[in-house]
Amino acid sequence: MNFEVAGKRVFAYTAAHELDPAKPTVVFVHGAGLDHSLFGLQSRYFGYHGRNVLALDLPGHGRSEGPALHSIEEMADWVSRLLKTLKIPKATVVGHSMGSLVALELAARHPEQAERIAFCAIGFPMKVSEPFLEAARANDYSAFDMSTIWGHAAQVPLGGNPNPGMWMYGDTLARLERLAPGVLHAGLKACNDYAAGLESAAKVKCPALFILGRRDVMTPPRAAQVLRDKFSNGRTVEIAVSGHTLMAEAPDDVLDALIGFIS
Amino acid sequence: MAGPKYPSLDTLALHAGQSPDPATGSRAVPIYQTTSYVFRDTEHAASLFNMERAGHVYSRISNPTVAVLEERMAALEGGVGAIATASGQAALHLAIATLMGAGSHIVASASLYGGSHNLLGYTLRRFGIETTFVKPGNLSEWKGAIRPNTRLLFGETLGNPGLDVLDIPSISAIAHEARLPLLVDATFTTPVLMKPFALGADLLYHSATKFLGGHGVAIAGVLVDSGRFDWEASGKFEVLTAPYAGFHGMDFEEESGTRAFLLRARREGLRDFGACMAPMTAFHILQGIETLHLRIPRHVENTRKVVAFLEKNAFVEKVIYPELPSHPDHALAKKLLPNGCGAVFSFEIKGGRPAGKRFIESLRIFSHLANVGDAKSLVIHPATTTHYRMSDEDLKKAGITAGTVRLSIGLEDAQDLIDDLDRALKVSAK
Repeated sequence: MNFEVAGKRVFAYTAAHELDPAKPTVVFVHGAGLDHSLFGLQSRYFGYHGRNVLALDLPGHGRSEGPALHSIEEMADWVSRLLKTLKIPKATVVGHSMGSLVALELAARHPEQAERIAFCAIGFPMKVSEPFLEAARANDYSAFDMSTIWGHAAQVPLGGNPNPGMWMYGDTLARLERLAPGVLHAGLKACNDYAAGLESAAKVKCPALFILGRRDVMTPPRAAQVLRDKFSNGRTVEIAVSGHTLMAEAPDDVLDALIGFIS
Repeated sequence: MAGPKYPSLDTLALHAGQSPDPATGSRAVPIYQTTSYVFRDTEHAASLFNMERAGHVYSRISNPTVAVLEERMAALEGGVGAIATASGQAALHLAIATLMGAGSHIVASASLYGGSHNLLGYTLRRFGIETTFVKPGNLSEWKGAIRPNTRLLFGETLGNPGLDVLDIPSISAIAHEARLPLLVDATFTTPVLMKPFALGADLLYHSATKFLGGHGVAIAGVLVDSGRFDWEASGKFEVLTAPYAGFHGMDFEEESGTRAFLLRARREGLRDFGACMAPMTAFHILQGIETLHLRIPRHVENTRKVVAFLEKNAFVEKVIYPELPSHPDHALAKKLLPNGCGAVFSFEIKGGRPAGKRFIESLRIFSHLANVGDAKSLVIHPATTTHYRMSDEDLKKAGITAGTVRLSIGLEDAQDLIDDLDRALKVSAK
C-alpha cells in the first residue's frame, strides 16, 4: 500500500488488508539495503491474525521514494511521523539489524508510540568494517558480496533454504542490485555512526525481545549483551542454526518467537 | 576491490541446496517419495496454505528432494530460485503461461529446438499467443518485431541445429529498452560454459534431460529466475503486479519483490497446470549435476577432436561448429563461450539424404535416437526427426538441409568415436 510522508511516496506491505483503527499494529523495519519482503512470511502471518501490518520500505529502498535517510535517529523520527500520518497511536515495532536500532531509537524518542520492540539481530555498537563501508561508499559490487556473504550463516550457500526452491544468496544480491547508488552506504554508515544505543536503551520502558542467531558473524549474540543488560525484563531467543538474516534462514523460529512475544 | 569469496561452481554442484538430512544424517540427497506432508496441527496447516510459514504441503507444489535440485540450479546459475518441471518443454510453457495470456506476443529466435518451435508456432497460437520468429543474429529484426503486446524475447544460447550463438548482451539490451524480459534456453551450454544472467538474460531454463542429468535416464526441466527484472517498473506485467483473485488477491510483486515471478509460477503454474517433477527424477538429475563440472570439459574436448577430424574428411561437405572460423558466429563464440561451444553440432554429409541414411545405419558406437547431451554419443537426422513438422521454408530459416546430420558427442574415448565416424563415412560414399 502506498502512503505519503513529508511529500514523498512510501510503500508498506499490509498483507493485502486495509488498516483498521480497531486492530493493534505491528511495524516491521528492514536492515541496510533490504526491503519489506524480507519479513514476508512473518508480516503475512500477523496480517492474517488480527493485526494491522506495516512492513515498511524505508526511503530509497524497495518501492519507497528516496533519498535514503542518513542516521538511525532520522529513521526513527520518520517511522514516528509515518505512524502519526496513518493515525496509528501505538505499535509493536520489529526491526532487523539496522531496523533493530531504529526500533530501539523509536522506543526511546517516542515512547508513547512503542508498545513493544523486537530486535532480529542487533549489536551495539554496530560497527561496520572500513573495507565494507568504503566499498559501499564507492558503490563497488564487492559491498554487495560482503553484505550477502557476511549477512548469512556460513552453511547457507551449501545448505537447504527453508523456502523451497529459493537460493538466499541470489535473492539478497538481486535485492541489493536494485538499490540506487549510495543507498547501501547510507544505511551502513548510519549503523556505524549510531552512538546513542546505551542511553536510548536506558530510556525504554516497553517490553523488548532479542532474537539472535548463534551463527551471525555481523551481530553475534555477544554483541547484543550490553543492550540486553539494559533490559531487565527483556526476553532473548537464540536460534542455533541461523546467521544474520534470521527471517529467511529460520523463518518459523522467528515467527514463533514473535507470536510468543506479541500474542 | 576484493570481497569475501563465494563457493566455486564445482563446490556448489556437489553441495548447494542440501545439508545432511536432519532426520537421518544421510549425506546423499534422500528421495522423499511422498505426495504429502503431515501438518503439526490445524494452525500449522492454515499457515502453510496461506504462505505464513515455509514448508511443503503437496508434492505437485514442492517436494524436499526436488527443492534441493531447484536450489542447486539457482546457485549454479546465480538466480534467486528455480522451479523444476516435468520436462524442458514444461519449463518453457510454465515461463510463458506465467507471464502472459491470450492476446500476447513473443519474439523468438527462428533457430529453436523443433519442440519449442511447435509450441510457439502452432500450439500457443491456438491459445491466442502469437510468436514472430527472427534470425537470431539479426538485431534489427529482434527490435523491429517487438509490438505493444509483446511480453517476452526468447532464444537458445546455442541455436538448434546450426549453433547460432545468441548475442545475449545485445538482445537483452533490446529487450530491456522495451521493458521486456529475455528468456533463454541454456540446455546446450549449461552453467559450466555460460552464465546467461551475467550476460543480461532475465530468465532461463534447461531441458535437464540433457547435460544436467547427463545419463539419459530421466526427462526433466528446470526454470530459473535471475530476480533482476523489475516487473513493477516495466508496467507490462499485471499478472505479477496487480491483485490476483486466483490467489486471494495476492499482488505477487508487492508480496515478494525479487521472487514475484517464481511465486506465481509455483503457486499458480504448478498448482493449475501441474507439470511438476517427480522426486526420483530430481534425484537422477542431481546425480548428474554432481559431476557436471567434470563431464562438460570432457564433452568439449572430445567434440573438438571429432570436429577437427570431420573438417578434414573428404566425405564431409561442411562442419557447423562455432569454434571454427567458418561459422558465422565465430567471433561472438570466442567472446561469450571462451570455454567451449558445447558438444552438440551438425555437419553436412556429401551425397545428401541417401548418403546420410547409409552413414547413420553404419555407425556402431553412436546411437541413432532423438536426444542430445547424453554421456553416450548420439546421432540424428533433423530433417526426418526433430524438425520433421517444420515447413521447408522454416527448415531453411533454421539452417537445416536434407544432408544435415547432428551429433552429440559423449564421454567415450575420442579416437574410438573418430574411428566409428571414419568407417561410417566411407560406407556412406559407396
